Amino acid sequence: MIPTSIYNLSVDFTGNQLFAAAVEAGKKFSTGEIIGVWIATALTIFIFSFLYEDNAMYKFAEHLFVGVSAGYVMATTYNNVIKPNLFGKIQSGIVSLMHGQFVWKDLSFILAGLMGLMLLMKLVPNMGWLSRWPLSFMVGIASGLGIVFTMEALVLKQIDATLVPLIVKTAANSIDIGDTIKNWLIVIGVCSGLIYFYFSKEHKGLVFGTMSRIGIFVLMMAFGAAFGYTVMARVSLLIGRMLFFRDQWWPVVKATFHF
Amino acid sequence: MTVFDKIKNLDRRWIFLFILISVIIPLLIPLNLKLNTSKPVEDIYSYMNSLPEGSVILMSFDYSPSTEIELNPAAIAIVRHAFQKKLKVVALALWPMGASMSQNVLTPLAKEYNKEYGKDYVNLGYKAGGSVLLISMNNGFATEFPTDINGTAVTDLPLMNQVKDYKSCALVVSLSAGVPGMKEYVQIVATRFGSKVAAACTAVSAPEMYTFLNSGQLLGLMGGLKGAAEYEKMIDYNGDARKGMDAQSVVHLVIVLFILFSNVVYFVDEYRKKTAE
Repeated sequence: MIPTSIYNLSVDFTGNQLFAAAVEAGKKFSTGEIIGVWIATALTIFIFSFLYEDNAMYKFAEHLFVGVSAGYVMATTYNNVIKPNLFGKIQSGIVSLMHGQFVWKDLSFILAGLMGLMLLMKLVPNMGWLSRWPLSFMVGIASGLGIVFTMEALVLKQIDATLVPLIVKTAANSIDIGDTIKNWLIVIGVCSGLIYFYFSKEHKGLVFGTMSRIGIFVLMMAFGAAFGYTVMARVSLLIGRMLFFRDQWWPVVKATFHF
Repeated sequence: MTVFDKIKNLDRRWIFLFILISVIIPLLIPLNLKLNTSKPVEDIYSYMNSLPEGSVILMSFDYSPSTEIELNPAAIAIVRHAFQKKLKVVALALWPMGASMSQNVLTPLAKEYNKEYGKDYVNLGYKAGGSVLLISMNNGFATEFPTDINGTAVTDLPLMNQVKDYKSCALVVSLSAGVPGMKEYVQIVATRFGSKVAAACTAVSAPEMYTFLNSGQLLGLMGGLKGAAEYEKMIDYNGDARKGMDAQSVVHLVIVLFILFSNVVYFVDEYRKKTAE
């Protein structure tokens, strides 16, 4: 059985600030922690070595990451999902049955388990067709839920948010210039963006020509914002590894070599 | 080959080196650049402050170690604020690795603030299902999470006798790096079930989420390291996000300079080609 304490194994290795705080408070490093930090250091350097050129160390780290992630996901899924939500409920249903009670709510999980097994039949030659049944069930459920929730949250609510007053008044009945301009920008931005993607009429003339050109600017601004945020995300990852070197690796180096 | 041609064909590895140096120097010599807070982050902070003692916050850890640097500081800041305000925290994960992420955040902070497991906070762990799970949870958390992360029956945890469904939670915070994550929370928990939902997300997905702020479907948003740094500033805590913001600003400046420089090189090259003709 996989121990549930797997979640606690890396407590001291995650979160630079928590680790650094522990070091400041006089934390003593165990052999396991020292080895762990050195492994993390080596793997970080292996991954970054790709920036110079592709090499065997990078490939090793990449494959290790994929393998460890897959193993971890399997263990977690078994422990947190399959064990309590499938085996646990079937077991409870069988125990109830042995006491003369038929609890359909629990026993229905046998069907769910069977459907899960049918999905795996894809791997068995000549029996792959069995996997289509649970797959179509899943597609049906996902489509049904998707249509309802997407329409409500992503279409209707968003349309509602663009139906704004074009002249906003303050409590003193004067015009709120800031909010008025903001609302005009929202309405023009949405309309011009939609017109840009309307391909049944040529983008020429005062309305379609001008609005589609404005639409390009609106889209460019959106792409610019997305690009800026993407740069921030990628730089954050680099900052994260550098903070690891500063707040975790360096204290371990000092503790290891006593300086 | 002239100097101009050398610049034009500059090996991109030199740019990587510049970026690396731009990150390392501010981390070693902090510049303490000014950090302004934004309304989407202030809204989460104000709402958390307005909650009475004992209110429950449901936190969903939907990320893995690959985005830890962006979302862990946000998670730590929110949990820290919650524990300071004597709010209860219930954690869960829609991502398998989110379970250990939540444990790594909650365990040391609970120790720091003397919080008792089961009474002040609970970690329900990971559950598969995404959207379907979020819908089912409205019928009762215990149905989908019969046990917590350690395998303890939730009926044995005092806090879980108080927290039955979304209505029992004053705020739902989605710490999200992708799908399933905050979009599902907005679609189902906020829009369908009418709960207050705030999100902390990776910077990559932040622009998309602003539309939900404008429509009022999201209470507040912490986008990437910057959002987390703002929250850390508001709770007066100097965590990883604030430490990283100097480097973030310097790197952005360097990238802007590179873009300007490459544009100058491009236009000079065009001019040279025209004059050569």
